[in-house]
Amino acid sequence: MTLTRWQRPGYWDPVRQLSTLREEIDRLFESPLSWLENGSQPFSSGWLPAIDLYEDKDNVFVRVELPGIKKEEIDISLHEGVLTLSGERRFDKEFDEAETHRMERFAGRFQRSISLPAPVDAAKVRATYKDGVLAITLPKQEEAKPKQIAVNVD
Amino acid sequence: MNTVATRNEREHKVQRRENEAWFSPEVNIFETTDAYELEGEMPGVNKDGLEIMLEGNALTIVGRRTDPDFGAEPVYRESKTGHFRRVFELDPAIDTSKISARMEQGVLKLHLPKAEKVKPRKIVVD
Repeated sequence: MTLTRWQRPGYWDPVRQLSTLREEIDRLFESPLSWLENGSQPFSSGWLPAIDLYEDKDNVFVRVELPGIKKEEIDISLHEGVLTLSGERRFDKEFDEAETHRMERFAGRFQRSISLPAPVDAAKVRATYKDGVLAITLPKQEEAKPKQIAVNVD
Repeated sequence: MNTVATRNEREHKVQRRENEAWFSPEVNIFETTDAYELEGEMPGVNKDGLEIMLEGNALTIVGRRTDPDFGAEPVYRESKTGHFRRVFELDPAIDTSKISARMEQGVLKLHLPKAEKVKPRKIVVD
């Protein structure tokens, strides 16, 4: 494939259209009415950072891919068992005047919400941001942890 | 100048290891009068996981991720598994001896300067 010159949006680009459609479908399934609540356009293309969720008996872990964002631009909030991540990524103004050959990265705002699999202790949530990856550790509430119950068998 | 850094789908044997999954990082490529600037998204890759190889005019970028190890089971996953890899064919105008790279929070910044002789130059008329 020969690298073709970047075209302004509005031109038909089958590959880009497909990936956008896939992401929109994913987003609609995730929260069908969220676009009504926050007033955004349902089919505007946007940035959907990948979220991974891990769990062990004491913690829930969330890993989010946010390459090239400023730490201060990341917002993390927790409300009724739903973790919401939002923020904004701005590109350098440095290349505004340059000729663009490829433009595959997203710029702008993102917002994602994820339901946590167990109640967590909001006061003990910790987050780190390294190499473009946000890692959040959410300790489970004591009552949500599995307990060993001793059963005496006669 | 119409020749650009072109994406090359040709298989490269360099650094391709058995049983490793690869996928292409998303990139932005800009051209100024002096250089090409490439930005590639490689979350989870730091300086040590980055390999850049040049073979003729083919530039191969490889990024191996060092992910946070939670020591827990994944219950939901959207990120792709594997490492980053993409091959570009360079514009011959690029001075390959002066290519420089750095990683900034999961973004590869590659600076590909053009050779002096191809830069536009103003000729002073006496």
